[in-house]
Amino acid sequence: MRESARGNVLAKKASRGLDRGMRPFASFVCLLIAGMGFFRVSSVHAEETVSVAAAADLVFCLDEIDAAFEKSHPGIKVQVTSGSSGNFFAQIQHGAPFDVFLSADVSYPRQLAETGLADKASLYTYAVGRIVLWTMKPEIDVKRGLAVLSDSAVHKVAVANPEHAPYGRAAKAALEHEKLWESLQPKIVLGENIAQTLQFVQSGNADAGLVALSLVLAPKLAGQGTYFEVPESFHPRLEQGAVLTKQGAAKAGAKAFLQYLASPEARPILDRYGFSLPSAK
Amino acid sequence: MIAQSVLPPELWVSLGLTVRLAATVTALLLVIGTVLGYWFSTSKSRGILLAETLVNLPIVLPPTVIGFYLLTLFSPDQPIGRVWFKITGQTLTFNFSGLVVGSILYSLPYAVQPISAAFKSVRQAYVDAAISLGATPWRAFWRITVPLSWRGLIAGAILAFAHTLGEFGVVVMLGGSIPGKTRVASIALYDEVQRLDYVAANKFAGVLLGISFVMLLLLGWVQGRAARAE
Repeated sequence: MRESARGNVLAKKASRGLDRGMRPFASFVCLLIAGMGFFRVSSVHAEETVSVAAAADLVFCLDEIDAAFEKSHPGIKVQVTSGSSGNFFAQIQHGAPFDVFLSADVSYPRQLAETGLADKASLYTYAVGRIVLWTMKPEIDVKRGLAVLSDSAVHKVAVANPEHAPYGRAAKAALEHEKLWESLQPKIVLGENIAQTLQFVQSGNADAGLVALSLVLAPKLAGQGTYFEVPESFHPRLEQGAVLTKQGAAKAGAKAFLQYLASPEARPILDRYGFSLPSAK
Repeated sequence: MIAQSVLPPELWVSLGLTVRLAATVTALLLVIGTVLGYWFSTSKSRGILLAETLVNLPIVLPPTVIGFYLLTLFSPDQPIGRVWFKITGQTLTFNFSGLVVGSILYSLPYAVQPISAAFKSVRQAYVDAAISLGATPWRAFWRITVPLSWRGLIAGAILAFAHTLGEFGVVVMLGGSIPGKTRVASIALYDEVQRLDYVAANKFAGVLLGISFVMLLLLGWVQGRAARAE
């Protein structure tokens, strides 16, 4: 008897707990489900989307090229992801769904083409990159060349990571050419890609950096800081290769974009950003 | 139009994607967390310590470690990645579904711990009484344990949601920053800073700060109510 009376009290308590407890919980779950569904509407839907993996030196230049391309090719939407070429190379090997790969060198896209992950016939050199020594600090006279980096006024020098950024490799080669790479080691900070390297200098966290000419020439940075063009003989030529990936080779929009990059419409934009024309083959 | 003046459209896409990811992960973690939490709170086996340690690993593990292992496992050249590709026609890496799996692992302890603690704090006498009155353990769980643990469940859900919002390392390794697919809020902010778009970055960071603050406020409120109820 006593057992069952106690059981009754407990059951009542529990059912009260259910009423009180489950209500907020249930509404919370509803909110979650709403969150899962509602935000689906905001995802991108275009007729055809071309996914471009672009070396970070193109980040500002591609804004202009994409806008021009989308204007002349209605129905095609270009989605750019920018970063270091070496990272994209690894990601495409792991199955990343990019249609077009614009590398800052030619060996990454060539390797992809040779292993069947990219369309060999589509590979071409779309630009030659240049590196510059750039600073925001008026007291650092970059016109003196790379040697200025040894001054005591220069505390931190930003360079892209030579492990996976072609611009980093060019910067390292240039510093080695001037016999500065070893002695500058305590001052060197590595950017994950060339755009981050630029950001280190632009934000004043690094006193100077070896960055892409194309970034320094961007309207966004017009009049900011001073730069010195590192002679091309200091490093292997930065030939930049474009290629259609295996999945991109099947898409008309991707092909059109790659062709557009070499067209008389896109060329002047690339030239304005300091990408000299690759020599005719 | 008002929305555009607060954030540029591509950041709204990122924010929407992040909320969708966090909501999906939280819903799944509520189920997984309930199962694991129940197991941890009731099992008397000594091996449970091992299982709990495994679940708690992401608290101390660098997220890039999780990202690296998943990148390797999910690769279309590997068995798991290959099977997934055959079934869905898409890769697990650089896709929303891959981020869901990665985020579940990454946020697992944040869901399991409060849920398991809540289950443990339910007086065994209540459950025993229900069972002695003829309830099946299944019924006792749903009618006694869960209603008495709802604050723990909500705390687990809030933490899982908030933790997934802040995810960076796993997504960097696994995602590839594809707009609308894998460019979540933290990655978008990183990209905006690299593009030197400090105005957009500032607004976006502010929005994320606000969301995180509200989430923690909510958590504190739920926990405060739990403390007063005891």
